[in-house]
Amino acid sequence: MQADKLVDVGSRAASRKGRRLRAFLRNPTFLAGLSILSFFVAIALLAGWLFPTDPQDMVAQPLLWPGDDPAYLLGSDSLGRDVLAQLVYGTRASLMVGVASAAIGLAIGMVVGSAAGYFGGWIDTLLMRLVELFQTTPTFLLVIVIVAIREPSLSTIALAIGLASWPTVARLVRAQFRSLRESDFVMAARSLGYSSTRIIVQEILPNALPPVIVAASVMIANAILTEAGLSFLNMRDPNVISWGGMIGDGRDQLRSAWFLTALPGAAIAAAVLSLNLVGDGLNEILNPRSDDA
Amino acid sequence: MSLLAVEGLTVAFPGNIAVREASFAIAPGETLALVGESGCGKSVTAFSVMRLLAPNARVTAGRILFDGIDLLAMTPAAMREIRGKQISLIQQEPMTSLNPVLSIGAQIAEVIRRHERVTRKAARARVVELLELVRIPDAARRIDDYPHNLSGGMRQRVMIAMAVACGPKLLIADEPTTALDVTTQSQVLDLLDDLRRRLGMAVLLITHDLGVVAQWADRICVMYAGRIVEQAAIGAFFTRPMHPYSRGLLGARVDVGADEHYSLNRLSEIPGSVGSAAGEAGCAFAPRCPLVVPGCRLAVPPLIAQGERAVACPVVI
Repeated sequence: MQADKLVDVGSRAASRKGRRLRAFLRNPTFLAGLSILSFFVAIALLAGWLFPTDPQDMVAQPLLWPGDDPAYLLGSDSLGRDVLAQLVYGTRASLMVGVASAAIGLAIGMVVGSAAGYFGGWIDTLLMRLVELFQTTPTFLLVIVIVAIREPSLSTIALAIGLASWPTVARLVRAQFRSLRESDFVMAARSLGYSSTRIIVQEILPNALPPVIVAASVMIANAILTEAGLSFLNMRDPNVISWGGMIGDGRDQLRSAWFLTALPGAAIAAAVLSLNLVGDGLNEILNPRSDDA
Repeated sequence: MSLLAVEGLTVAFPGNIAVREASFAIAPGETLALVGESGCGKSVTAFSVMRLLAPNARVTAGRILFDGIDLLAMTPAAMREIRGKQISLIQQEPMTSLNPVLSIGAQIAEVIRRHERVTRKAARARVVELLELVRIPDAARRIDDYPHNLSGGMRQRVMIAMAVACGPKLLIADEPTTALDVTTQSQVLDLLDDLRRRLGMAVLLITHDLGVVAQWADRICVMYAGRIVEQAAIGAFFTRPMHPYSRGLLGARVDVGADEHYSLNRLSEIPGSVGSAAGEAGCAFAPRCPLVVPGCRLAVPPLIAQGERAVACPVVI
């Protein structure tokens, strides 16, 4: 702290950013999660370059074990499709569904939560009853119903998971808004003639974000799990490879070729773990009680 | 004509009337001090002028005329145009009155861009001028600082810069220096007074510090239990306070200039404590008043004007 005070004013902004960055880099949980996650993101981005052919193509002899043929490192499934190629393309589907559904859930949840928390009164009562309505429905059941109504495509699945996951965000944002709307700087903003929209978006929302960012990483992880569950139950886009679908396909060979279920299962576990680690790390870093800045 | 005229303002909370028939006026460029103990209704009065009362408070009677227009009859949108542009507010807690996630420059620029059509660049230039105006050293560099980089006094200067950014005609300062230490307090009040002169603003200064009033105000309104009990020019008030409550307040000060050391004398006090004024028939101060007569408990004494001053006590007139 003493050393910080001696820093020249001109470099203040830079040192502040540096301190934040160092806080991120000092946190081993966050770093571990981030490196696994970046690995998956890189794979998803490079999928087309790593495996230019369609992963659904029957390219090899069926049921090759990992290591049997150096051309197909992780073996092949009962249809002779390359398992490694499928895993790589499956990363794409999982991350896309995870990010898209979290974005949908966050958008709805933040709008509902901030309106309910800021305005209070009957708006709050109405919106919170709606939230409770969604929360009393089992999430997975709701997703299945929505996907069953429309055809199972990646976008439908993302939309369904997003529609099922917003209530958590709404409650979180509402709680933040309820305490922040009483703060002095909100009163100051009112006294300067700012409209409610401006106060919500510009004054309160940035202050309410840290717990939402933490929740977002867990939401992506949950969405990946839900998507895997749906695909396993065959509620999936048949033209898209996904980890859950691979597990479902490999079920029949569980005793003879267990790697067909174990490998995508491990991928799901690793991806979900990485997101949870990132969430935990962010929670520690963004927690105001640990903020020394 | 007065800039602000509050006429018969009555503000009620559920089960409690915070302000009763308060009337006062502020002339352009004048500093009026609103004085009273905690809970006497001075902040509620100020927030009524801004129309920023808590949702459960209601103005049940009265008018608030600003430049001849009744603020209480304005639409919310029109009122937002007044706030920050014509009437500004400085709150007592500078530590929490700034948004912690935005730089001070961004916050001041936002006020300017809210009320005036200026480019980002022009706004930023104005912000530097404003920071210099409120005497923040090295303004051009400080502009990108965040509130947590600044001390309490500096933050209050930033709040003042935001309040005067659009050249308001009236500045309401709600105990602007209560949270600051004494040296910072006088710097901030000197600054406010200087800005008032330069920008030609009127100031409604809410305080419970009579020392502050004596040094920086032109006129004083003393509130007790929701009512204004005395109005006077500063000189007249401090040489000859009239209302028994005002006399009690001035008597309860430490006299540093006396021959004997002040700690040797007993500090005089007003007996009793401020009770709720709700439901009492007569003068709210009667239970504590040394000059009380039976008539005081029968009817509320009206504020009687005597030239420049007005007192709500028939006994002393």
